[in-house]
Amino acid sequence: MARVPIDVGRGTLVRGAVIGALLAFALAGLPAFAGADWITTFTSVAIYSVTALGFGVLYGRVGMISLGQVALLSVGCWVGARLSYASSMPFPILLLVVGLITCVIGVLVGLPALRLSGLYLALITLMFAGATTVVLSVIDFPNGGGGFTARSANPTLATETPPVRRPSWATGDAAYYRYTVIVCAILFLLALVHVSSKPGRAWASIRESEPAALSAGVNITLYKLWAFALASFMTGVSGCLLAAQVGVPRAITFQTQDSLTLAATALIGGIFSLWGAVVGGVFNQLLPFLFQAQWGVNANFLLIIFGAGLLQVLLTAPGGLAEQFPKDMAKLGRLAVRGIRAASRRKRRPA
Amino acid sequence: MITVEHLTVRFAGVTPIDDMSVVFPGGTCGLIGPNGAGKTTFFNVLSGFVKPVAGTITAFGDNLLKMADFRRARWGLRRTFQTEMAIERLSVFDNVAMIHEHSGAKRSSRRGDVLAAIDFVGLEAPPRARVGGLGARERRLVEVARAVVGRPRLVLLDEPAAGLPDEETEHLSRVIQRIPDEFGALVILVDHDMSLVSACCESTAVVDFGKLIASGPTAEVLRNEHVMRAYLGTEAQI
Repeated sequence: MARVPIDVGRGTLVRGAVIGALLAFALAGLPAFAGADWITTFTSVAIYSVTALGFGVLYGRVGMISLGQVALLSVGCWVGARLSYASSMPFPILLLVVGLITCVIGVLVGLPALRLSGLYLALITLMFAGATTVVLSVIDFPNGGGGFTARSANPTLATETPPVRRPSWATGDAAYYRYTVIVCAILFLLALVHVSSKPGRAWASIRESEPAALSAGVNITLYKLWAFALASFMTGVSGCLLAAQVGVPRAITFQTQDSLTLAATALIGGIFSLWGAVVGGVFNQLLPFLFQAQWGVNANFLLIIFGAGLLQVLLTAPGGLAEQFPKDMAKLGRLAVRGIRAASRRKRRPA
Repeated sequence: MITVEHLTVRFAGVTPIDDMSVVFPGGTCGLIGPNGAGKTTFFNVLSGFVKPVAGTITAFGDNLLKMADFRRARWGLRRTFQTEMAIERLSVFDNVAMIHEHSGAKRSSRRGDVLAAIDFVGLEAPPRARVGGLGARERRLVEVARAVVGRPRLVLLDEPAAGLPDEETEHLSRVIQRIPDEFGALVILVDHDMSLVSACCESTAVVDFGKLIASGPTAEVLRNEHVMRAYLGTEAQI
C-alpha cells in the first residue's frame, strides 16, 4: 500500500489521543457512575451510531440514499434472535454470521441502486422498510421457541420467550455495554479502513460523477454493491447486538418512520465524517431518553426538533454538526482571543 | 496511432458523427470544429459512453470498441471533461492515486508515479491539500495530472484551457506539449483556443457536422479555405 506523503503530523496524533481518551472514558469511566437506564441508553447510542454510519457510508461516500437502514437493523435483530434460539454458537461467531446474512440481504436490496438513483432509490428502500415492518408484525416477530422457526404458544407473554443470549462473560448490563462499545469501535475501524483506501477513493469518484468514475476505470457495479455490503454487514452486526441487548425484541420497536428519523439524525450529525455517525447515534437514542425518562416531555416533540435541525443542515451546513461544530468553536476561540487582547490593551493605556 | 474508419453515431433523428474516417498519427493531435460538430461525441465513443452504429476504431493495433468501458482505463485511456471532474472531497494525492489504482500499474510504484504526475503538471499546492479548497487553475492541473498517471496510451483533453486566463493557458500549453515525450502517450486535444492548438499540435483534424473536412499538419490545416469558412470565419488571425 502506497503511503500518502503525509508525515504523521501533530493533527493525527492529537486526533488519535482524543479518540483513545473518549474510548477509555466510554469503557471505564461512564459505567462507573451512570445508572442502569443510562447504561442501556448508551448501549443503544453505540448500536444506532453504527446504523447511522451505514447510512453515512452509502449517502456521504457513494451518494446513494437508502431509507431502509433501520429495516436492515431489524433484519439483523431478527436473524440474530432466531439464530440465538436455534444454535449454540459463541456470541462473536453469531455476530459475524448475522452480519454476513444481513450483508447478503442488503446487497439484494441494493441491486436497484445499480439502475436507480436519488429519489427513486430512496423510495425503493423506503418501501423495503415498510415491507419489513409489515412482515415482522404479521409473523409476530420474533416468536421465541426452540429452533429456527418454532413458535411459542403465547408469544405475547415475555416470560415464555427466552431472552436472546449475551456473551457468557458480558451478561450484566454494564459488561454488555462495554462489549457493545468495543464491537462498534471495531466496526468504525472497518469503515475507516474502507473510506481511507482504494474503495473509499472509488466511492468518492462515483459520488462526484459516474461518467468520470467510469472513464477512470472504476467498476461502478462492483463498488456500489460493495458499499451496500459493508453498510449492511455493519448494520446486521449492530442488529444482533441490539437483539441481545433488549433480550426479547419486539416488532413494535421497528417502525418504518424510524428509518426516516435515522436518516435525519445521521444528516444532522454529518454524513461526510465518522464522527457524524456518533453524533447521529446520540441524537437518535440519547435525546428521546432525556425527553421521555428524564424530563417527562413527550419524545414525539423530537420529530419537530429533528425536522428543524435537518432543514438547518441542508440550508447552511451540508457537512452536519461534525464539520460545523469545530468550525464554530474555532471562530468562537478567535473571538475570545480578540476580546481578551482588546481588554488587555485598554488596561495598559493610562486612564 | 489511432485509426478511425467510417464511424457513425446516430441518436434518434440526429447524426452527430456521420461516416467519419480520420487518422491520428501520434504526438499531440488537435481536433477542432464548431460547436456541435461532434468532437465531444467522438470522445464519448472512445470512452465507451456512446455506442456507434457503424465503424471501427483501432488504437495501437487494438480494437477499442470491443473493450468494456471501464476496462479502457486499464488499457491506457485517460480523459478530461469539459466540466470539472476532480474530486473535491479528496486530496490532490488521492485524486491522482485513485486513477493509478484502477490503471493496472504496479502498486509498489504508486507513490512515486503519483508524485511524479503532480510534479509534472507543475502544481504548487501540497499533495495533501483538499482539491475542494484549490483555485480553478490548480484544479485544472489536478485533472491533467489524473490524465497522465499510470502508463497512459491515449489522453483525451476536452477543452482543457476553457475559462483560463492567458498566462495560465501558456503554462498548460507547455505541460500538454511534454506529455507525448514524457509518457509516450498520444494526446488528442479539443479546444477552441487556436493559439493553444497551434502551439501544441503537430497535426490537426477538423470536423464539421460529424464529417472530417480537413486533416494534416496544423499550420496547413488552419490555412485551409474550407476550414476558415466552416469554423474560423474569414477574418481569423492565425
